[in-house]
Amino acid sequence: MKYIDEFRDGALAKHIAERIAAEVKPDHHYRFMEFCGGHTHAISRYGVLELLPPNVRMIHGPGCPVCVLPIGRVDLAIELALQHDVILCTYGDTLRVPASGGLSLTKAKARGGDIRMVYSAGDALQMARDNPEKQVVFFAIGFETTTPPTALVIRDAAREGLKNFSVMCSHVLTPPAIRAILDGGRPSAGPPPAGSAPSGGSDPCEAGERGGHGSHETAEIEGFVGPAHVSVVIGSDPYAKFAQEYQKPVVIAGFEPLDVLQAILMLVRQVNEGRAEVENEFTRAVTPHGNLNAQAVMDDVFELREAFEWRGLGTMPHSALQIREKYREYDAEARFNLGYRSVPDNKACECGAILRGVKEPRDCKIFGTVCTPENPIGSCMVSSEGACAAHYTYGRFRDIPVVAATEGAEA
Amino acid sequence: MCLAIPALLVEKRAHDQALVELGGIRKPISIALVPEANVGDYVIVHVGHAIGLLDPEEAQKTLALFAEMQSRTAEVQP
Amino acid sequence: MRVDHDNPPPNPPNQASAVKKTYTRPLDIRHGRIDMGHGAGGKAAAQLIEELFLPALDNPFLRQGDDGAALPLPVFPEGPGQLVMATDGHVVSPIFFPGGDLGCLAVHGTVNDVVMMGAKPLYLSASFIIEEGYPLVDLQRIVQSMGVAAREAGVPVVTGDTKVVEQGKGDGVFISTTGVGLLPPGVSVSGRNARPGDVILVSGTIGDHGVAVLSQRESLAFETTIESDTAALHTLVADLMAAAPGAVRVLRDPTRGGLATTLNEIARQSGVGMRLQEAAIPVKPQVDAACELLGLDPLYVANEGKLIAIVAPEAAEAALAALRAHPLGAGAARIGEVTTDPHHFVQMDTRFGGRRVVDWLSGEQLPRIC
Repeated sequence: MKYIDEFRDGALAKHIAERIAAEVKPDHHYRFMEFCGGHTHAISRYGVLELLPPNVRMIHGPGCPVCVLPIGRVDLAIELALQHDVILCTYGDTLRVPASGGLSLTKAKARGGDIRMVYSAGDALQMARDNPEKQVVFFAIGFETTTPPTALVIRDAAREGLKNFSVMCSHVLTPPAIRAILDGGRPSAGPPPAGSAPSGGSDPCEAGERGGHGSHETAEIEGFVGPAHVSVVIGSDPYAKFAQEYQKPVVIAGFEPLDVLQAILMLVRQVNEGRAEVENEFTRAVTPHGNLNAQAVMDDVFELREAFEWRGLGTMPHSALQIREKYREYDAEARFNLGYRSVPDNKACECGAILRGVKEPRDCKIFGTVCTPENPIGSCMVSSEGACAAHYTYGRFRDIPVVAATEGAEA
Repeated sequence: MCLAIPALLVEKRAHDQALVELGGIRKPISIALVPEANVGDYVIVHVGHAIGLLDPEEAQKTLALFAEMQSRTAEVQP
Repeated sequence: MRVDHDNPPPNPPNQASAVKKTYTRPLDIRHGRIDMGHGAGGKAAAQLIEELFLPALDNPFLRQGDDGAALPLPVFPEGPGQLVMATDGHVVSPIFFPGGDLGCLAVHGTVNDVVMMGAKPLYLSASFIIEEGYPLVDLQRIVQSMGVAAREAGVPVVTGDTKVVEQGKGDGVFISTTGVGLLPPGVSVSGRNARPGDVILVSGTIGDHGVAVLSQRESLAFETTIESDTAALHTLVADLMAAAPGAVRVLRDPTRGGLATTLNEIARQSGVGMRLQEAAIPVKPQVDAACELLGLDPLYVANEGKLIAIVAPEAAEAALAALRAHPLGAGAARIGEVTTDPHHFVQMDTRFGGRRVVDWLSGEQLPRIC
């Protein structure tokens, strides 16, 4: 596959890894955050960590829309399916996210909810056209990469005058999340969303103190590997203010493992040279201003929410999107009069700390024992790019010394 | 985050639809977000939509960067 | 007395003329649908069997029309063998997919289960649960496909059953097949037999079936056809066993959960670890591309015409050659080795030069956006 295979070349990987090893200062501990879950997944899947010198540490960031989706939002989706008898369309990623009452969308489906997986927002719209007698709701999640397609279907629905289609918008924005990481120890700014109150949670496992608020600490991060495809849409310009204000280098990296390695090399160089700039490794797809068409479409349909609760990062102002007044007819929260209820995480769950890069999956008491991909307690384990799932699926063999393989197995 | 993949645009269709090809398979997608894309261009595909164009020249430059034969001299600092 | 209009009482003797033979309208296969009567065991059911099932599955055992079948068993010169039995339920959706359908899948799946024990497959039974309203023409297509598959495999469907459930209580058709075979004395092929140092072979490209079926979902449709690999593997296994006698430790077909899940099962059963080489695992470029687009990993995608063979190292070359010489094994490859590992990890050297664990599949593998 062109423009994919070349960027996975193992020989080139060794080459870049050697240069990283040659250029790191031996007594310096480099700590970089790969913001984007796709990069976390790539690092794990390709075993990139093994190619890095031991004094370069990668910290997993919160750029995983499933991981930062609060339980309360999944509860709303389940409510729509079970109580409002809608056809609830969702991307595959959200189906297994654990919500309140021991439910998930998959479990709600087993209870009779009409929940259907779609590959594209357009499929949800088609579902509405094909089922005129039922209400169809699209559970829209994702960062700026996934938002423009949602905007398009809302505009299409409006143009066609569809009466049975609406969107439950849970789209979030990347720059505020980066700011939250960089702000570190400051308490969360802004009031909690209107109508929310911490709920006791009906599931005994979920009861417990509300994690995150006021107790944020963030790992000391020296630089960021910036998201690939979000940047295709928003461009590289938006990151400049973080580099300047916080004096941290940002290197936007493509999605393939060679891209990630090269970006790490570029970050090492910036740190060594005392620079704090935005560099673009993914020049084949990212421009300074991004995709202006996509930005215009998003701007036409969406506006900023006053505040939005992020799982693990607390409530943040101007960090998420809602549907504008002119398209309010297609807003499921308005149409079905949904009231958001904040639900705290399981007390033992360390997703919040992990999302902020303060702890590692291994540091969580329930990692790999109670909390596994089969029985995920928190969203870091559900999404395949969540730090916990990635580590469990691809890397946990490193936690345990493995008895040496027989001679035949050593390549 | 966003699983997206570069694919070759092989056919443009009505209503902002197009056909892309990747590794021998062909899939219909929307190019509403990248209306300037043409047959022969590579587009980045995410959830059934093209979200951006791939610049082949820049791709070549990046590959060349990876294959840089000279290591840069490490700057040793006290 | 209830009047049976199909069998009117004979005319009283003082009336002349013979009773006319009743006319039974043949099944309207083109336009007809299954109704509750077809499962009731009466005339309608008998007609369904006579006109739809029997012509498609035809064999002397089935034609006897008994509730069961009395079956001769071959005898091995070396001594008595062991009976091997395997059963499988088939619920694939969609029922018709590129490269196959529910019918041939039901035959191949169970024949392969018997064959993976090292046994010679002999007979099949088939139980159908059909939803009221299911079109007869589609049912015929499925059963005909079963018949062809059974004949090609040399494994007849010797007995069967049909039930009908109310509309809405079934997904068209479910088929459950049970197969029996005979294991020659001295042959032991089991998931428990893998030992460190053994070589892991796969008979061809992985992921074909799962992607073929998934690509039939409307939203995931590709305009290039990827075909299922569904096939009966008994002759492939026969060639393999002949080329590496006594050296084939484990045979398994990586169906649901794919290669990765099957290897993990074997690792756990045998109490060993495994080390694979990613570059050696054969995947069709189209399957690779389809998986990239959908965010799937071919290692976890179902196969229906492939096998994993774990063989003693000294026989590995001969085993691989035997697989490659057979049409169903042309793409066979050596993909790794069995290791000693108390944690039973299946590890893989990635194409990229790193190393990762290839874990069990958790839940269903779904296309993803992230």
